[in-house]
Amino acid sequence: MSQYSEQVRHVCSLGALQSVLAIDRAVPILHAGPGCGQKLWGALGFQNGCQGSGYVGGHSVPCTNIGEKEVIFGGDDRLKEIVGNSLKIIDADLFVILTGCTSDIVGDDTGEVARRFQEQGKPVIYAETGGFKGTNLFGHELVVDAIIDQYLKPANTVEPGLINIWSVVPYQDPFWVGNLKEIESLIAQLGLTPNVIFGPGPEKGLEALGKVPKAQLNVLISPWVGLKNVQHLEEKFNTPYLHYPVLPIGPTETAKFLRTVGQNAGVEEKRIEKVIQKNEAEYYYYIERSADVLLETRLLPRRFITIADSFYALGISKFLINDLGLLPEKQYITDGVSEEYQDSITAQFKNFADGITADVVFNSDGGSIHEDIRKMKFRSRPLILGSAWDRVLSDEVNGYQLSVSMPVSDRLALNRSYVGYQGALRLVEDIYSIVLSDFQ
Amino acid sequence: MSINLNISEVAIRENRLGSVTGYQGSIKELAAQASSCSLKNKERCFSQSSACSSGCAQGYLSRIVDAAIVVHAPIGCAADSVYSNTQNKWGEKVRNWKHRNINVINTNMVEEDTVFGAVAKLKEAIREAYRRFNPKAIFVTTSCVSGIIGEDITSVLDELEEEIPIPLAPVFCEGFKSKIWASGFDAAFHAILTKIVKPPQRRTNKVNMINFSGSARKQIVETLARFDLEPVFVAPYSTVEELSKMSESAATISICGTLGSYIGNGLEEHYGVPYVKTLQPHGIVGMDSWLRGLGAVTGKEQEVEAYIREEKEKIASDLAEIREKLQGHTAVVGMGPSFGHNYIRTIQELGIKVIWGATWHFDPQYDNGKTPASTELLASQEVDIPVSVGDQQNYELLNLLNRLKPDLYVARHGGSTVWATKLGIPSVMVADEFSAFGYHGLIDFGYRLSDALTNRSLAKNLSSRVKMPYTDWWMAQDSFIFLENEVV
Repeated sequence: MSQYSEQVRHVCSLGALQSVLAIDRAVPILHAGPGCGQKLWGALGFQNGCQGSGYVGGHSVPCTNIGEKEVIFGGDDRLKEIVGNSLKIIDADLFVILTGCTSDIVGDDTGEVARRFQEQGKPVIYAETGGFKGTNLFGHELVVDAIIDQYLKPANTVEPGLINIWSVVPYQDPFWVGNLKEIESLIAQLGLTPNVIFGPGPEKGLEALGKVPKAQLNVLISPWVGLKNVQHLEEKFNTPYLHYPVLPIGPTETAKFLRTVGQNAGVEEKRIEKVIQKNEAEYYYYIERSADVLLETRLLPRRFITIADSFYALGISKFLINDLGLLPEKQYITDGVSEEYQDSITAQFKNFADGITADVVFNSDGGSIHEDIRKMKFRSRPLILGSAWDRVLSDEVNGYQLSVSMPVSDRLALNRSYVGYQGALRLVEDIYSIVLSDFQ
Repeated sequence: MSINLNISEVAIRENRLGSVTGYQGSIKELAAQASSCSLKNKERCFSQSSACSSGCAQGYLSRIVDAAIVVHAPIGCAADSVYSNTQNKWGEKVRNWKHRNINVINTNMVEEDTVFGAVAKLKEAIREAYRRFNPKAIFVTTSCVSGIIGEDITSVLDELEEEIPIPLAPVFCEGFKSKIWASGFDAAFHAILTKIVKPPQRRTNKVNMINFSGSARKQIVETLARFDLEPVFVAPYSTVEELSKMSESAATISICGTLGSYIGNGLEEHYGVPYVKTLQPHGIVGMDSWLRGLGAVTGKEQEVEAYIREEKEKIASDLAEIREKLQGHTAVVGMGPSFGHNYIRTIQELGIKVIWGATWHFDPQYDNGKTPASTELLASQEVDIPVSVGDQQNYELLNLLNRLKPDLYVARHGGSTVWATKLGIPSVMVADEFSAFGYHGLIDFGYRLSDALTNRSLAKNLSSRVKMPYTDWWMAQDSFIFLENEVV
């Protein structure tokens, strides 16, 4: 992580409270200061595609609101009281205690508190997510690991064709609901049974979690987040995993994705190719029809910059280069990728169509990224795919800007997806709508 | 009551003003206990995530146009800068200014910093903030982590004093220290008072207008011009230099008693700038009181009276019309204490019956040692109003709203109205501090309430399709059962 950082583009581990809220009928219980929750859901939710409270988020989230007393005398008793009363007041089926910096520093025994409720048969688990430990993406992994260790039960059988889907981080990705739905749909088209945990619907959430141990395969679609989780699932339940490091956007990457998953899950090649063919035909119908205007508008951007988390930086770069014929300027990855993953992600940026490569910078400090970009010499108006922080910069360098990565405070995101064939079409619509509305 | 500018940290509201976050009773009882110093706080044995001082301090200071903030904390504590940046753009839009990003740097404290300290990192971040933003002042905000591990912020700033030739101000706003997030405003103003404000060289015709976004800027400029006065909007969208001269102003006025108490009384006590301690300027009675207060301290009583007469005449027929529309409706109010007690009165002026007033905390006294005028006025009315105090505890409020079933819920602070709407109660969020500002503002606000009552489809549809996150057991309990009483 950077020494210091300007322009928040991810938050701290406790931000994983939003991952708990993404599980239907699960509720986080914060053992943290009074303001932690509000700051975190404000940045990851309200100011990120207008993702609000939902069923039990926002100011409904139970919290010990740690004060001076708990800092001095410890907060175990307060936590016990809040968890006990949460079980009475909140209508939910899984309660996940998440600690903040304060309780982790003063050394509360949160595990012991959780175990006492577990012994009484209460659905209470815990994760130590003190904010100083890392990012919310790291926190998301901690929460999934806590679920694996404290909630999942081994299965007696393996259900053939059942595929667990692990991918974008809920709320951090403002388009997570749409993206997961699109991945689900692609996997289902292969004749497999996708099992998605996060998102709306009674078949997701705890029902989906219950099925995780009997899946045939864990598919992780992510540059790095979640790798530890699928490895953990392999250790614990012997489920093999497939790590697909690129968020598939557009026909080239999505076809590759479908072939990789299909082959790993034992889907007949003919079937895979049929799915690809059908989707490509539809995708190219729209692209062909709009190509005249896309090609003949004088203002088209030729070069692009991403300032985004690794999901979007990589996924969007692959699409814009391999499918749309754009060229990369520097690509900035802002989700605090630890060193162990940086080389493999960089390698992906050296592997585009026609031998094109892109320079990658891992940096969470938006201020220094902006300084860097201000020094660049552009020969046409650059397309900047970043966050709401980059609107000011885009004006300065006369660019076109679209917010796709947290914080997306300038857009409303409901079920839009940027994944697969459909998602690629949405992205093309969004980019070129900005270009066209810019001069009109 | 005295404001001490020789210490680096101002006491939190609980200790300084006897403020509380747990209470249930009536406005008359509350006022009586406040004036007799017998008000006691009550704790809760269930609580939901509320808010903290650092959010208020950072959000408020980050919108000073040429200052920078260094947040000495893990990155999550700077997450509110995302919201502050959006907020900042709103105020820029109001002023037709070009957009900029707010100047906030975070020291990104990590695990090893909690063991070894991060003083060196903080110094680097301050130097970098100075290089990047070329600010006229740097505010360094603290966090739970920096507070618990005992980082000596004051010494760091002293050491950098020679190297960095601008005011470096510590802002002590650790979240765990106070349940009252408004303590963060005091921390921010204490930093401004001790490090930015300079002793007066002259007396000007300026008026310090303490507020948030300043959306009624144009109107205030025009109104004060009638009295040969000129507003300085404090602190967002002001410059460090403007803030430094607050001591020279003819008076201080505030849109919010909670916000203005510390700076207003501080400027009065130390620099003789009179602070107008009347009702806040929401609705007619509030605006009358506020303008008369300003007129009295600036010698403009006659001009003020003429203005009040004119403005009231202008709205007379509109007021009668909107009162007729709203007459007989009921409302519950949920806001910070100053807005809450001022808005109860304002809503009453529109002919609506306020059947409950919930405030997020309560100050039995302000920094001048007196009970807020808005509380005293409500307590002097014939009808007593049931009130409660809670740090935005939704479970309590939702249980209460479900029982009271008012026609309207009027709230300030995000994350409240959506829940009332889910209960089927049309709700209005007072996001802008000038929503019911004075005479015309009252009429506009009245029509806003009327519109909310006229089409209730969203509330109706939502409530019939979504489930509340509370158990049937809880919704059947008394709303205040968890206030000091543990359910076993």
